[in-house]
Amino acid sequence: MAEIVAGVATSHVPAIGVAIDQGETDTPYWRPLFQGFEASKRWIAALEPDVAIIVYNDHATAFSLEVIPTFALGCASEFPVADEGWGARPVPLVHGHPELAWHMAQSVIQDEFDLTIVNRMEVDHGLTVPLSLLFGQPAAWPCPVIPLCVNVVQYPPPSGKRCFDLGKAIRKAVESFHESLRVVIFGTGGMSHQLQAERAGLINREFDTRFLDDLVHDPWAAARIPHVEYLREAGSEGIELVMWLVMRGALDDEVIEVHRHYHVPASNTAVGHLLLENKGKR
Amino acid sequence: MSENDDYHDIPGTYVFDAEHSRKGYHLNMFCMSLRHADNREAFRANEAGYLENFPMTPGQREAVLGRCWNEMLRLGGNIYYTAKLAANDGITFQDLAAAMTGMSRDEYRQMMVDGGRPIEGNRSKSEGKWNG
Repeated sequence: MAEIVAGVATSHVPAIGVAIDQGETDTPYWRPLFQGFEASKRWIAALEPDVAIIVYNDHATAFSLEVIPTFALGCASEFPVADEGWGARPVPLVHGHPELAWHMAQSVIQDEFDLTIVNRMEVDHGLTVPLSLLFGQPAAWPCPVIPLCVNVVQYPPPSGKRCFDLGKAIRKAVESFHESLRVVIFGTGGMSHQLQAERAGLINREFDTRFLDDLVHDPWAAARIPHVEYLREAGSEGIELVMWLVMRGALDDEVIEVHRHYHVPASNTAVGHLLLENKGKR
Repeated sequence: MSENDDYHDIPGTYVFDAEHSRKGYHLNMFCMSLRHADNREAFRANEAGYLENFPMTPGQREAVLGRCWNEMLRLGGNIYYTAKLAANDGITFQDLAAAMTGMSRDEYRQMMVDGGRPIEGNRSKSEGKWNG
Protein backbone atom coordinates (compact mmCIF):
# COMPACT_ATOMS: atom_id res chain seq x y z
CA MET A 1 0.00 0.00 0.00
CA ALA A 2 1.21 3.49 -0.83
CA GLU A 3 0.99 6.14 1.85
CA ILE A 4 1.24 9.88 2.22
CA VAL A 5 3.97 10.46 4.78
CA ALA A 6 4.35 14.21 4.82
CA GLY A 7 3.20 17.55 3.48
CA VAL A 8 5.05 20.62 2.29
CA ALA A 9 3.55 24.09 1.97
CA THR A 10 5.47 26.74 0.12
CA SER A 11 5.02 29.86 -1.95
CA HIS A 12 6.07 29.60 -5.59
CA VAL A 13 7.06 33.16 -6.55
CA PRO A 14 8.68 33.26 -10.03
CA ALA A 15 11.40 35.68 -8.83
CA ILE A 16 12.61 32.93 -6.47
CA GLY A 17 13.26 30.75 -9.51
CA VAL A 18 15.12 33.57 -11.22
CA ALA A 19 17.27 34.11 -8.11
CA ILE A 20 18.15 30.39 -7.99
CA ASP A 21 18.83 30.16 -11.72
CA GLN A 22 21.04 33.24 -11.70
CA GLY A 23 22.99 32.26 -8.59
CA GLU A 24 21.72 35.13 -6.43
CA THR A 25 20.55 33.14 -3.42
CA ASP A 26 23.32 34.48 -1.20
CA THR A 27 22.74 38.19 -1.84
CA PRO A 28 21.53 40.33 1.09
CA TYR A 29 18.07 40.57 -0.49
CA TRP A 30 17.60 36.83 -0.96
CA ARG A 31 19.71 35.19 1.76
CA PRO A 32 17.08 35.41 4.56
CA LEU A 33 14.53 33.73 2.32
CA PHE A 34 16.72 30.84 1.21
CA GLN A 35 18.16 30.23 4.68
CA GLY A 36 14.68 29.20 5.76
CA PHE A 37 14.75 26.34 3.24
CA GLU A 38 18.14 24.86 4.21
CA ALA A 39 16.64 22.62 6.91
CA SER A 40 13.89 21.65 4.47
CA LYS A 41 16.38 20.40 1.89
CA ARG A 42 18.02 18.18 4.50
CA TRP A 43 14.62 16.99 5.72
CA ILE A 44 13.37 15.93 2.29
CA ALA A 45 16.72 14.33 1.40
CA ALA A 46 16.36 12.18 4.54
CA LEU A 47 12.69 11.48 3.80
CA GLU A 48 13.54 10.10 0.32
CA PRO A 49 9.99 10.22 -1.04
CA ASP A 50 9.16 7.87 -3.93
CA VAL A 51 6.68 10.31 -5.47
CA ALA A 52 5.77 13.98 -4.98
CA ILE A 53 2.22 15.17 -5.67
CA ILE A 54 2.45 18.90 -6.32
CA VAL A 55 -0.69 21.00 -6.02
CA TYR A 56 -0.07 24.25 -7.87
CA ASN A 57 -1.65 26.61 -10.33
CA ASP A 58 -0.83 27.30 -13.92
CA HIS A 59 -0.23 30.99 -14.71
CA ALA A 60 -1.53 31.35 -18.27
CA THR A 61 1.01 28.81 -19.48
CA ALA A 62 -0.38 25.32 -20.19
CA PHE A 63 -3.94 26.60 -19.94
CA SER A 64 -5.26 29.86 -21.33
CA LEU A 65 -8.80 31.19 -21.26
CA GLU A 66 -9.64 28.65 -23.99
CA VAL A 67 -9.97 25.84 -21.46
CA ILE A 68 -10.16 26.40 -17.70
CA PRO A 69 -10.22 23.17 -15.69
CA THR A 70 -10.91 23.66 -12.00
CA PHE A 71 -8.79 20.62 -11.11
CA ALA A 72 -6.45 19.01 -13.67
CA LEU A 73 -4.35 15.97 -12.86
CA GLY A 74 -1.17 15.36 -14.85
CA CYS A 75 -1.12 11.70 -15.89
CA ALA A 76 1.70 11.92 -18.46
CA SER A 77 5.10 10.27 -18.14
CA GLU A 78 6.83 13.60 -18.52
CA PHE A 79 6.06 17.30 -18.26
CA PRO A 80 8.28 19.72 -20.21
CA VAL A 81 9.37 22.90 -18.45
CA ALA A 82 7.56 25.83 -20.10
CA ASP A 83 8.84 29.00 -21.67
CA GLU A 84 6.53 31.46 -19.90
CA GLY A 85 7.55 34.33 -22.12
CA TRP A 86 11.12 34.91 -20.92
CA GLY A 87 12.75 31.55 -21.73
CA ALA A 88 12.33 28.17 -20.01
CA ARG A 89 13.93 27.76 -16.57
CA PRO A 90 17.17 25.74 -16.77
CA VAL A 91 15.81 22.91 -14.62
CA PRO A 92 15.49 19.18 -15.30
CA LEU A 93 12.59 17.65 -17.18
CA VAL A 94 9.80 16.69 -14.78
CA HIS A 95 8.99 12.98 -14.91
CA GLY A 96 5.52 11.82 -13.96
CA HIS A 97 4.14 8.66 -12.38
CA PRO A 98 1.38 7.69 -14.83
CA GLU A 99 0.37 4.53 -13.02
CA LEU A 100 -0.28 6.22 -9.68
CA ALA A 101 -1.71 9.33 -11.35
CA TRP A 102 -4.24 7.30 -13.36
CA HIS A 103 -5.13 5.33 -10.26
CA MET A 104 -5.71 8.61 -8.41
CA ALA A 105 -7.86 9.97 -11.23
CA GLN A 106 -9.98 6.84 -11.30
CA SER A 107 -10.34 6.77 -7.53
CA VAL A 108 -11.20 10.44 -6.93
CA ILE A 109 -13.62 10.61 -9.88
CA GLN A 110 -15.47 7.64 -8.46
CA ASP A 111 -15.39 9.55 -5.20
CA GLU A 112 -17.31 12.38 -6.95
CA PHE A 113 -14.38 14.74 -7.65
CA ASP A 114 -14.78 15.24 -11.39
CA LEU A 115 -11.29 16.35 -12.25
CA THR A 116 -9.75 16.74 -15.68
CA ILE A 117 -7.19 14.20 -16.88
CA VAL A 118 -4.24 15.75 -18.70
CA ASN A 119 -1.88 13.72 -20.85
CA ARG A 120 0.11 16.58 -22.31
CA MET A 121 1.07 19.57 -20.22
CA GLU A 122 3.96 21.95 -19.81
CA VAL A 123 4.66 23.02 -16.24
CA ASP A 124 5.51 26.55 -15.16
CA HIS A 125 7.14 28.21 -12.16
CA GLY A 126 4.18 27.24 -9.99
CA LEU A 127 5.50 23.68 -10.02
CA THR A 128 9.22 24.10 -10.66
CA VAL A 129 9.98 26.75 -8.00
CA PRO A 130 8.81 24.48 -5.14
CA LEU A 131 10.93 21.65 -6.61
CA SER A 132 13.98 23.93 -6.68
CA LEU A 133 13.36 25.18 -3.13
CA LEU A 134 13.23 21.66 -1.72
CA PHE A 135 15.58 19.72 -3.99
CA GLY A 136 18.07 22.42 -5.02
CA GLN A 137 19.73 22.18 -8.42
CA PRO A 138 20.22 18.48 -9.20
CA ALA A 139 20.94 17.10 -12.68
CA ALA A 140 17.65 15.20 -12.42
CA TRP A 141 14.75 15.55 -9.95
CA PRO A 142 15.10 12.82 -7.32
CA CYS A 143 11.55 11.46 -7.69
CA PRO A 144 8.63 11.41 -10.11
CA VAL A 145 6.07 14.17 -9.78
CA ILE A 146 2.29 14.15 -10.16
CA PRO A 147 1.08 17.67 -10.95
CA LEU A 148 -2.36 18.66 -9.70
CA CYS A 149 -3.24 21.94 -11.26
CA VAL A 150 -5.95 24.08 -9.59
CA ASN A 151 -7.62 27.05 -11.23
CA VAL A 152 -7.08 30.13 -9.06
CA VAL A 153 -6.82 32.64 -11.93
CA GLN A 154 -10.42 32.71 -13.17
CA TYR A 155 -12.78 33.63 -10.33
CA PRO A 156 -14.12 31.68 -8.58
CA PRO A 157 -11.52 29.09 -7.64
CA PRO A 158 -12.82 26.00 -5.86
CA SER A 159 -13.74 26.61 -2.22
CA GLY A 160 -11.31 25.90 0.57
CA LYS A 161 -13.57 23.13 1.79
CA ARG A 162 -13.70 21.51 -1.64
CA CYS A 163 -9.91 21.58 -1.78
CA PHE A 164 -9.65 20.13 1.73
CA ASP A 165 -12.07 17.34 0.84
CA LEU A 166 -10.21 16.62 -2.41
CA GLY A 167 -7.09 16.14 -0.29
CA LYS A 168 -8.94 13.50 1.69
CA ALA A 169 -10.02 11.74 -1.51
CA ILE A 170 -6.42 11.84 -2.77
CA ARG A 171 -5.24 10.22 0.41
CA LYS A 172 -7.80 7.44 0.01
CA ALA A 173 -6.66 6.99 -3.59
CA VAL A 174 -2.99 6.78 -2.65
CA GLU A 175 -3.69 4.32 0.14
CA SER A 176 -5.53 2.01 -2.24
CA PHE A 177 -2.60 1.84 -4.68
CA HIS A 178 -1.09 -1.64 -4.86
CA GLU A 179 2.57 -0.70 -4.78
CA SER A 180 4.37 0.32 -1.61
CA LEU A 181 5.30 3.96 -2.16
CA ARG A 182 6.08 6.81 0.22
CA VAL A 183 4.40 9.91 -1.09
CA VAL A 184 4.93 13.55 -0.14
CA ILE A 185 2.32 16.14 -1.10
CA PHE A 186 3.04 19.82 -1.76
CA GLY A 187 0.54 22.66 -1.46
CA THR A 188 1.96 25.74 -3.16
CA GLY A 189 1.26 29.42 -3.80
CA GLY A 190 0.43 32.28 -1.44
CA MET A 191 0.89 33.71 1.05
CA SER A 192 -0.63 37.19 1.13
CA HIS A 193 0.11 39.08 -2.06
CA GLN A 194 -1.54 41.25 -4.63
CA LEU A 195 0.12 41.63 -8.01
CA GLN A 196 -2.44 43.86 -9.70
CA ALA A 197 -3.74 47.41 -9.84
CA GLU A 198 -3.55 50.24 -7.32
CA ARG A 199 -3.47 47.99 -4.23
CA ALA A 200 -0.50 45.90 -5.48
CA GLY A 201 2.06 45.09 -2.81
CA LEU A 202 -0.47 44.27 -0.10
CA ILE A 203 0.95 42.05 2.65
CA ASN A 204 -0.98 40.90 5.72
CA ARG A 205 1.31 39.22 8.21
CA GLU A 206 -1.46 38.82 10.77
CA PHE A 207 -3.68 36.95 8.31
CA ASP A 208 -0.74 34.80 7.19
CA THR A 209 0.22 33.87 10.75
CA ARG A 210 -3.32 32.89 11.61
CA PHE A 211 -3.59 30.87 8.41
CA LEU A 212 -0.36 29.01 9.18
CA ASP A 213 -1.55 28.26 12.72
CA ASP A 214 -4.99 27.13 11.57
CA LEU A 215 -3.61 25.04 8.74
CA VAL A 216 -1.57 23.07 11.26
CA HIS A 217 -3.97 22.85 14.21
CA ASP A 218 -7.46 23.67 12.97
CA PRO A 219 -7.60 23.07 9.21
CA TRP A 220 -11.41 22.97 9.37
CA ALA A 221 -11.35 26.66 10.32
CA ALA A 222 -8.97 27.43 7.45
CA ALA A 223 -11.23 25.48 5.09
CA ARG A 224 -14.17 27.72 6.00
CA ILE A 225 -12.50 30.98 4.93
CA PRO A 226 -14.75 32.51 2.24
CA HIS A 227 -13.22 33.73 -1.02
CA VAL A 228 -14.00 37.36 -0.30
CA GLU A 229 -11.94 37.17 2.90
CA TYR A 230 -8.90 35.91 0.99
CA LEU A 231 -9.35 38.64 -1.62
CA ARG A 232 -9.77 41.39 0.95
CA GLU A 233 -7.31 40.28 3.63
CA ALA A 234 -4.64 38.36 1.69
CA GLY A 235 -4.83 40.20 -1.64
CA SER A 236 -6.31 39.15 -4.95
CA GLU A 237 -3.56 36.57 -5.53
CA GLY A 238 -3.50 35.43 -1.89
CA ILE A 239 -6.49 33.24 -2.78
CA GLU A 240 -3.90 30.73 -4.03
CA LEU A 241 -3.82 29.57 -0.41
CA VAL A 242 -6.81 27.30 -1.07
CA MET A 243 -4.26 24.98 -2.69
CA TRP A 244 -2.54 24.45 0.66
CA LEU A 245 -5.80 22.92 1.88
CA VAL A 246 -5.58 20.09 -0.67
CA MET A 247 -2.23 19.15 0.86
CA ARG A 248 -3.56 19.48 4.40
CA GLY A 249 -6.63 17.37 3.65
CA ALA A 250 -4.37 14.53 2.55
CA LEU A 251 -2.66 14.40 5.96
CA ASP A 252 -3.81 13.15 9.36
CA ASP A 253 -6.16 15.34 11.39
CA GLU A 254 -3.29 15.84 13.80
CA VAL A 255 0.12 16.53 12.34
CA ILE A 256 3.58 17.44 13.57
CA GLU A 257 4.85 20.83 12.47
CA VAL A 258 8.49 20.05 11.72
CA HIS A 259 9.45 23.44 10.35
CA ARG A 260 8.01 26.87 9.66
CA HIS A 261 9.46 29.80 7.74
CA TYR A 262 7.95 33.18 6.92
CA HIS A 263 9.66 35.97 5.05
CA VAL A 264 8.68 39.27 3.44
CA PRO A 265 9.31 40.04 0.65
CA ALA A 266 10.07 37.94 -2.38
CA SER A 267 9.36 40.49 -5.09
CA ASN A 268 5.67 41.31 -4.38
CA THR A 269 4.90 38.43 -2.06
CA ALA A 270 4.96 37.14 1.51
CA VAL A 271 6.66 33.74 1.47
CA GLY A 272 5.35 31.07 3.80
CA HIS A 273 6.63 27.56 4.26
CA LEU A 274 5.65 24.57 6.42
CA LEU A 275 6.86 21.00 6.74
CA LEU A 276 4.20 18.72 8.22
CA GLU A 277 4.49 15.05 9.11
CA ASN A 278 1.86 12.50 9.87
CA LYS A 279 2.48 11.09 13.33
CA GLY A 280 4.27 7.77 13.31
CA LYS A 281 5.05 7.73 9.60
CA ARG A 282 8.84 8.11 9.87
CA MET B 1 -25.17 43.62 -3.13
CA SER B 2 -25.23 39.85 -3.03
CA GLU B 3 -22.78 37.77 -1.07
CA ASN B 4 -21.13 36.71 -4.31
CA ASP B 5 -20.03 40.11 -5.48
CA ASP B 6 -19.22 41.92 -2.24
CA TYR B 7 -15.59 41.94 -3.42
CA HIS B 8 -16.49 45.06 -5.41
CA ASP B 9 -15.91 46.97 -2.18
CA ILE B 10 -12.19 46.02 -2.16
CA PRO B 11 -10.19 49.05 -3.27
CA GLY B 12 -7.64 49.09 -6.10
CA THR B 13 -8.51 45.55 -7.15
CA TYR B 14 -10.14 44.03 -10.24
CA VAL B 15 -11.42 40.54 -9.51
CA PHE B 16 -11.14 38.45 -12.66
CA ASP B 17 -14.71 37.23 -12.56
CA ALA B 18 -17.06 36.08 -15.31
CA GLU B 19 -17.79 39.61 -16.47
CA HIS B 20 -14.12 40.56 -16.72
CA SER B 21 -13.21 37.32 -18.40
CA ARG B 22 -15.93 37.75 -21.03
CA LYS B 23 -14.92 41.33 -21.73
CA GLY B 24 -11.22 40.61 -21.79
CA TYR B 25 -11.07 37.34 -23.70
CA HIS B 26 -9.37 38.64 -26.86
CA LEU B 27 -7.15 41.07 -24.96
CA ASN B 28 -5.91 38.24 -22.79
CA MET B 29 -5.50 35.85 -25.72
CA PHE B 30 -3.37 38.50 -27.46
CA CYS B 31 -1.15 38.64 -24.35
CA MET B 32 -1.05 34.85 -24.28
CA SER B 33 0.25 34.79 -27.84
CA LEU B 34 3.39 36.62 -26.65
CA ARG B 35 4.48 33.45 -24.90
CA HIS B 36 5.99 32.43 -28.24
CA ALA B 37 9.16 34.09 -29.47
CA ASP B 38 8.05 34.37 -33.12
CA ASN B 39 4.88 36.19 -32.04
CA ARG B 40 6.90 38.53 -29.85
CA GLU B 41 9.02 39.39 -32.90
CA ALA B 42 5.98 39.98 -35.09
CA PHE B 43 4.42 42.20 -32.40
CA ARG B 44 7.61 44.22 -31.98
CA ALA B 45 7.92 44.74 -35.73
CA ASN B 46 4.42 46.21 -36.03
CA GLU B 47 2.41 46.49 -32.82
CA ALA B 48 -0.81 47.95 -34.23
CA GLY B 49 -0.71 45.58 -37.20
CA TYR B 50 -0.22 42.56 -34.97
CA LEU B 51 -3.20 43.57 -32.82
CA GLU B 52 -5.42 43.35 -35.92
CA ASN B 53 -5.21 39.56 -35.47
CA PHE B 54 -7.28 39.88 -32.32
CA PRO B 55 -10.86 41.25 -32.32
CA MET B 56 -10.31 43.60 -29.39
CA THR B 57 -12.23 46.82 -28.70
CA PRO B 58 -10.66 50.14 -29.72
CA GLY B 59 -10.23 50.96 -26.02
CA GLN B 60 -8.37 47.72 -25.41
CA ARG B 61 -6.10 48.38 -28.40
CA GLU B 62 -5.30 51.86 -27.13
CA ALA B 63 -4.58 50.57 -23.65
CA VAL B 64 -2.17 47.98 -25.07
CA LEU B 65 -0.37 50.42 -27.38
CA GLY B 66 -0.15 53.02 -24.58
CA ARG B 67 0.84 50.40 -21.98
CA CYS B 68 -1.94 51.61 -19.69
CA TRP B 69 -1.66 48.69 -17.28
CA ASN B 70 -4.59 49.49 -14.97
CA GLU B 71 -6.82 50.38 -17.91
CA MET B 72 -6.11 46.94 -19.40
CA LEU B 73 -7.30 45.38 -16.12
CA ARG B 74 -10.43 47.55 -16.09
CA LEU B 75 -11.20 46.41 -19.64
CA GLY B 76 -11.02 42.73 -18.72
CA GLY B 77 -7.30 42.05 -18.72
CA ASN B 78 -5.92 39.59 -16.20
CA ILE B 79 -2.62 40.30 -14.51
CA TYR B 80 -1.03 36.95 -15.44
CA TYR B 81 -1.78 37.73 -19.09
CA THR B 82 -0.82 41.41 -19.09
CA ALA B 83 2.42 40.40 -17.35
CA LYS B 84 3.36 38.67 -20.60
CA LEU B 85 3.14 41.99 -22.40
CA ALA B 86 5.26 43.52 -19.64
CA ALA B 87 7.80 40.70 -19.98
CA ASN B 88 7.92 41.37 -23.71
CA ASP B 89 8.88 44.96 -22.81
CA GLY B 90 11.55 43.76 -20.39
CA ILE B 91 9.58 44.88 -17.33
CA THR B 92 9.80 42.64 -14.25
CA PHE B 93 6.73 41.72 -12.24
CA GLN B 94 7.85 43.98 -9.42
CA ASP B 95 8.33 46.96 -11.72
CA LEU B 96 4.97 46.25 -13.33
CA ALA B 97 3.36 46.28 -9.89
CA ALA B 98 5.09 49.58 -9.10
CA ALA B 99 3.77 51.10 -12.33
CA MET B 100 0.20 50.08 -11.47
CA THR B 101 0.38 51.69 -8.04
CA GLY B 102 1.73 54.97 -9.38
CA MET B 103 4.86 54.66 -7.25
CA SER B 104 8.39 54.86 -8.54
CA ARG B 105 10.32 51.64 -8.90
CA ASP B 106 12.51 52.44 -5.90
CA GLU B 107 9.65 53.60 -3.68
CA TYR B 108 7.72 50.41 -4.39
CA ARG B 109 10.72 48.17 -3.83
CA GLN B 110 11.40 49.91 -0.51
CA MET B 111 7.76 49.54 0.54
CA MET B 112 8.05 45.77 -0.05
CA VAL B 113 11.35 45.50 1.83
CA ASP B 114 9.69 47.37 4.71
CA GLY B 115 6.94 44.74 4.93
CA GLY B 116 4.62 45.61 2.06
CA ARG B 117 1.48 47.68 1.79
CA PRO B 118 -0.32 47.39 5.14
CA ILE B 119 -3.83 45.97 5.32
CA GLU B 120 -4.95 48.77 7.64
CA GLY B 121 -6.71 51.40 5.55
CA ASN B 122 -6.74 49.13 2.50
CA ARG B 123 -9.66 46.80 3.18
CA SER B 124 -12.54 48.84 1.83
CA LYS B 125 -13.26 51.64 -0.59
CA SER B 126 -14.78 53.53 2.35
CA GLU B 127 -11.38 53.78 4.04
CA GLY B 128 -8.68 56.44 4.04
CA LYS B 129 -7.20 57.43 0.73
CA TRP B 130 -9.67 55.30 -1.25
CA ASN B 131 -12.64 57.34 -0.02
CA GLY B 132 -13.09 60.23 -2.41
